[in-house]
This record gives sequence, structure tokens and C-alpha cells, in this order.
Amino acid sequence: MTKSNKRAVGRRGFLKGAAGAAALAAKSPAAKAQDPQARRAAPHPSPSQIAAETSPPPARVDVYTTDRPGSDFMVDVIKSLGFEYVAANPGSSFRALHESIINYGGNQAPELLTCCHEESSVAMAHGYAKIEGKPMMVMAHGTVGLQHASMAIYNAYADRVPVYIILGNILDAAFRRSVVEWTHSVQDAAAMVRDYTKWDDVPASLGHFAESAVRAYKIAMTPAMGPVVIVADAVLQEEPVPEAARHRLRVPKLNLATPPAGDSGAVTEAARMLVAAENPVIVAGRCARTANGVKLLVELAETLQAPVQDRPFRFRMNFPTRHPLYGGGSLTDADVILGLEVPDFWNATHAQTPVNRMGMEARPTTTSGARLITISSADLVSRSNYQDFGRYAEVDLAIAADVEATLPALIDASKRLITGNRKKAIQERGARLAEAARRAREQALDQAAWGWDASPITTARLSAELWNQIKNEDWSLVSDVVFLSFWPTRLWDFDKHYQYIGGQGAYGIGYGAPAAVGAALANRKHGRLSVNIQCDGDLNYAPGVLWTAAHHRIPLLSVMHNNRAYHQERMYVQDMAARAERGIDRANIGTALTDPNIDYATLAKAYGVYGAGPIDNPNDLGPAIRRAIEVVKRGEPALIDVVTQPR
Amino acid sequence: MKKSTLMVLTAAAAMILVSVAEAQAPSKGDAENGRRLFEKDGCYECHGHAGQGGKDGPRIAATPLSAQTFVRYVRRPSGAMPAYTPKVLSDEELTDIHAYLKAFPAPKQAKDIQLLNQLRDK
Repeated sequence: MTKSNKRAVGRRGFLKGAAGAAALAAKSPAAKAQDPQARRAAPHPSPSQIAAETSPPPARVDVYTTDRPGSDFMVDVIKSLGFEYVAANPGSSFRALHESIINYGGNQAPELLTCCHEESSVAMAHGYAKIEGKPMMVMAHGTVGLQHASMAIYNAYADRVPVYIILGNILDAAFRRSVVEWTHSVQDAAAMVRDYTKWDDVPASLGHFAESAVRAYKIAMTPAMGPVVIVADAVLQEEPVPEAARHRLRVPKLNLATPPAGDSGAVTEAARMLVAAENPVIVAGRCARTANGVKLLVELAETLQAPVQDRPFRFRMNFPTRHPLYGGGSLTDADVILGLEVPDFWNATHAQTPVNRMGMEARPTTTSGARLITISSADLVSRSNYQDFGRYAEVDLAIAADVEATLPALIDASKRLITGNRKKAIQERGARLAEAARRAREQALDQAAWGWDASPITTARLSAELWNQIKNEDWSLVSDVVFLSFWPTRLWDFDKHYQYIGGQGAYGIGYGAPAAVGAALANRKHGRLSVNIQCDGDLNYAPGVLWTAAHHRIPLLSVMHNNRAYHQERMYVQDMAARAERGIDRANIGTALTDPNIDYATLAKAYGVYGAGPIDNPNDLGPAIRRAIEVVKRGEPALIDVVTQPR
Repeated sequence: MKKSTLMVLTAAAAMILVSVAEAQAPSKGDAENGRRLFEKDGCYECHGHAGQGGKDGPRIAATPLSAQTFVRYVRRPSGAMPAYTPKVLSDEELTDIHAYLKAFPAPKQAKDIQLLNQLRDK
């Protein structure tokens, strides 16, 4: 690196100039009027300026350029971690890192994604990670940017998804240049989100940054996965790498930890209980992380001929939806229940007084003597403040471990324990479950027929029309199914791990649209058709992510589930009104998104996205989806506004 | 069979017959007013504008319940539905809603809808 000897206004020079300007400003108006320089639009240089331009340079020259800012080294570290993308809404506290990424780093690996809101940046990273299986990087201000991002971080934390966040901050007060930089500075930036991140650090040097950055990646990717935060001090970013430090700086090697597998004795005991059971049921939560996770769960279920349930919330693509063991069985009749990474497992095995009744009582819904087993990495995470851990579950065997890492041993142990007699009973159970699954499927189709031609369009019709257009594609549903009464998972044939990514995690609305864009970005290089059934209330939090999708040519089909309401909340208000015996016709106040109706097709067009609709005639839906898919196949996002039934 | 048992069974059979007859009888309510109340008072929120049902409430279009049973259920529901008292919905209004629901025609069969028929297991 060489120091620049170009003439310029250094810090001392800037102060001299400022003093001269102050002297000029102090002149009287009359004197100013007689001053020929004051009357000219472009005054001649002052004597001091002329002197500065023509005199020999002083002995000491302030350096104001460098070919090696600290942020360049940060990019070396970041590149070593293999990030494909970095999502950011630009911010001055990480301006040097921004510049280094696009120039020193060539804007490749990672490529900068221009986001319109930090909540979108993090939610995009959230959706991306659930498809790609690794984190996207996010940059944000340590203050106002993180405040915007915080809900999305909580979602990712509760959903056990790795997100890698770098915050800008100016810790050294002497380097804060204005009121803006003072208000954008903070003593402990990550404190705001420490309750719902896995780890954070504030490196004091570039060497410290390198080690902490690599450590953070490792921590984020070790189950239970989660968001991590590194604060990149602005002074470290912007000041040159000291000559003396250059030969000492190195990028540590990343070694990911193997996921924790269950204790072998406990796994054998679980296998004994499952093999001996007459009616075992598997409940799958955030179980499968990869394609292998789905394969392993199928192998376990088939070995035991045990049904796999994943409601009331579908957290992941765990199990093929047309498999004869999917969705059947009864927790009430089960004698052994195996919960695999199930959030709030207590809730799966208990009934509580519903919200429309007074008081609160709870009772187990399982049969007396039923034995409960859990395998969950949630037992390895202990935080106090935010209560996403749910109610304490009294189980017979709790295995603190990653499910995918534990399933091979559980499958092997189960196979070893299945004797001839048990094998026959297990096969008979499988035949009964297959017949029940076939009947359930027939019932679902019969139910889907109700309201088939209705307007607003039913969510069953919407799902069937969509399936008809995508069934021969390599598709990926990058949105949740809960608000659609689960119709996609009841009708479609899900069998690949990337075909479903679950929901928000912490049920924070505003996640859907950006997570879909992030997931679609991950799907892009695989040539998959990404489909997002987009709730209207969710899109209105930060619709600017549509522009991000258009700007970065992210192919994504969004089909609006436009029920023109924050409908879940409307139902809750209705419950409260019925309880209070008043105003049952007023639950729309504060929950309706009408008057005026929002025109989502025009909204999409404003952001440069293909838009169509609103469609309220179900017969128009199929052709509209077909046209939008043609746009998406050209590599662009498209949105269809569909006016739908509430659920 | 004991005489008392026979009497109980006869009484039960009679009740079932009455209940079936009730369920099949046309509702006495005003279906048009029922449609208005169904929308205004939020029944559609859980059961859908077409009464088709969903995650939060079962199908109630073409309900098999009699008006009397329907009113009784709405007063003291057993599931996740809130109870609606006479203070907010009169018996007459509920009878009108029942008439509206009763008037829904049965849908086309799934096997007659191409998009659904193709989803059947082969």
C-alpha cells in the first residue's frame, strides 16, 4: 500500500479553511456589498487557497486515501465463508464494507442485494437459508437498521434458521462526525437482539474480526441453528490496515461442528418403546433440514409403519404428502408418541379451554399410560426472556439432539428389534393406515368441491388451479399453508425437501413476501419454479421487496390470498365480542383492508413486477396463472391478485 | 328382552325419526335475511362466505341439522366456536341463518370436477 501525496484538504487544512470562512461571514453587510467576491456566483480562490495550491507541501501531509481499508480484509474473511449474497438497505455505518464488497470483492460471492427495509433483508435471508441450507449475510446499521430488522431476527431465531448479520457502528466517539453519526452510534449494538440471537461479538481489531466472524458462522450452523451478529466497527472498516499488522492478519479456517446426535443408550430405549407399541405416532416439527432428512423420516416411518403427523402447524417439508403414512393415526389413541423437533410439544398432547370460553383449564388428550419421547435440539437452547420455548412437556424420554443426526441410529436400532411376530403386526397396522389415508384423501377432495364456483374464490379452488399449472414443473412452494386451511398440502404431491419451507417461526407478520423472495433466489440457480401464495396483510408490511425481486431478476410467482383483512385478528375480535355479548357485527373495525380495496396488481407494476388482477371469478384463475408462469419462466417475478375466501 | 329395555329402544327410535324428519323439513326462516345476517354478524369468518368451511370452522352449507338443533348448538357450542346468546342473535335470526344454510345446493361431485378428479389416487 502506498500513501497518497496528492494535495488535498487534510484535517488541519479543513480547519484552516473553516476559520477563513468564519472571518468572511463576520464582515458587515455593507462591507460584503463592497467585496467583489461576495457579489460573484463563483468567487476567485482566497489568498490562503491560492497559497495552498501553489506552495510546496508541508512536511506532514494528512493521508486521506488508501488502497487497503480494513473493510477489504473483512471482505477477505467474508469471502472465505462462502456467502453467495449479502442483503442490505444501505447505511453509513457500514459504508466502507459496502464499498469493499462491490469494488474490492467485485460484487461476487457475495453479491449485494438492494433491499428497501432491514426487515426484508433478514426475512430474505431467512427464506434463503431454508432452501439453501446455509446463511445469507445481512448488513444493517447497529441502531436504526437493527431496530427495523429485529422482528425478522426473532422469527429466524424461533424458526431455528441461521442468518448472518453484520452491523455497522462507530464505537469511538472521536470519530463521530455529526449528529447523525452520534444518533446512529450505540455502546452495545447487539444488546437489542441478544435475547433472540445465538451469539454476537464486537471485535476490537481486524484479527479479532476474522476470528469472531468465522466463529459466528460455525455457531449459526450448529443445531439448534440461529441468527448471529457481528458488529463491524466503522473505524476498523474505514481506516487503513496498519502496515505493521498486515503480515499478521490471516483468515482462520472454518470447521463446521458435526450436529449433535442422541445418546446411544437413549436411542436404543426409544427404539424399544416404538417397536413394542401398538399405535405409535410420529409428530414432526422442524425435523428435516435436508433431502436426507426427508428420506430418513420415511425410512423410520416405514420401518415402524407409524403415521407421521405435522399439524396444527406445518413447520417444514418433513414427509411426502401422498405417502400412505402421512397425516394419519390419532394422538388420542397412541400408546407411544415420538415428537421430532416439535415446538411446544405439550400443546400437541393437551387440550385447553378455547379462547371463546372463560377461564383456563387444560387436560391431556393422550390415553392414560401413553409414553412420550422427544428428540429435539431445542433442549440445547436455553433463554429466559422470550417465551418461545412453550410449556414444560412431561415426557418419558427426552433426547437432546439434532433429529437428522439421530435418525440413522434410531432406524438401525428399530430394525434390529423387530422380530417376526412384531413384523406381522406392524405390517397389518401399515395396511390399516394406508386405507385410512386413502379415505381421508377422498374426503378432502369432496370437501374441496364445496364452494367450487364461489366468489370470492375458495382457497381449495385456488390451490387446485395452481397445482394444475405447476404439477409438471420442478416447483417449490415458498410460503406457508396455514392460512389456506392447509389446502396445498392436502391436494398437492409434496415429496422433495425444497417443496415447502414452513412459516414465520415467531408468527411475526411481514415475513412472507421477503422470505419468498429469498427462497426464490436460492431456487433460481437450480431452475426451480418458486410459488408464493401471498397473504395480503403480510405484503403490506414492506412491499418494497417486490422491487428487490424485479431489480435482481428473481423469478417468483406470487398469487395473492387477498381476503382483504387481517383475518386471524378479526376472528379473535369476533370471539371477544361474542364473549362480551355485544357488537358481533363490528369485528371488521380495525381488521378490514377495504375502503379502498388495495390494488395489488397495480402495486406490483409500480415496483416493476408483472401484475394481473384482481381476479374474483374462479374460471379466470387458471389462464391468469398460466400467463404469469410464462413471465416467471423468463426469469422475472410476477404477481396475480386473487380475491379469496377468508381461509 | 326386558320390557323396560324395549320401551327405551322404542323411545330412542322415535326420537331419531323425529330428528331425521326435522332435519329434512324445509326451514321456516327467511333465507334472504339469513344471508344478510350470515355476512353481517361474521359467520363467514370461520365457515367461509359459501359456508364451505375451513381450518377454523367446519362446513355448514346445506347443514344436516334441524333449525332447533342448530339454534341449540349456537347457544352452547362444544368446539372452538364462541357461544352467541339471544342478546346478540335472536332465535328468529338464527332460524333465518339456518334457512339460508339449508338452501345451499349440494356441490358438484369431486369426480365431476376435472381438477379434483385428476387428484385422486391412481
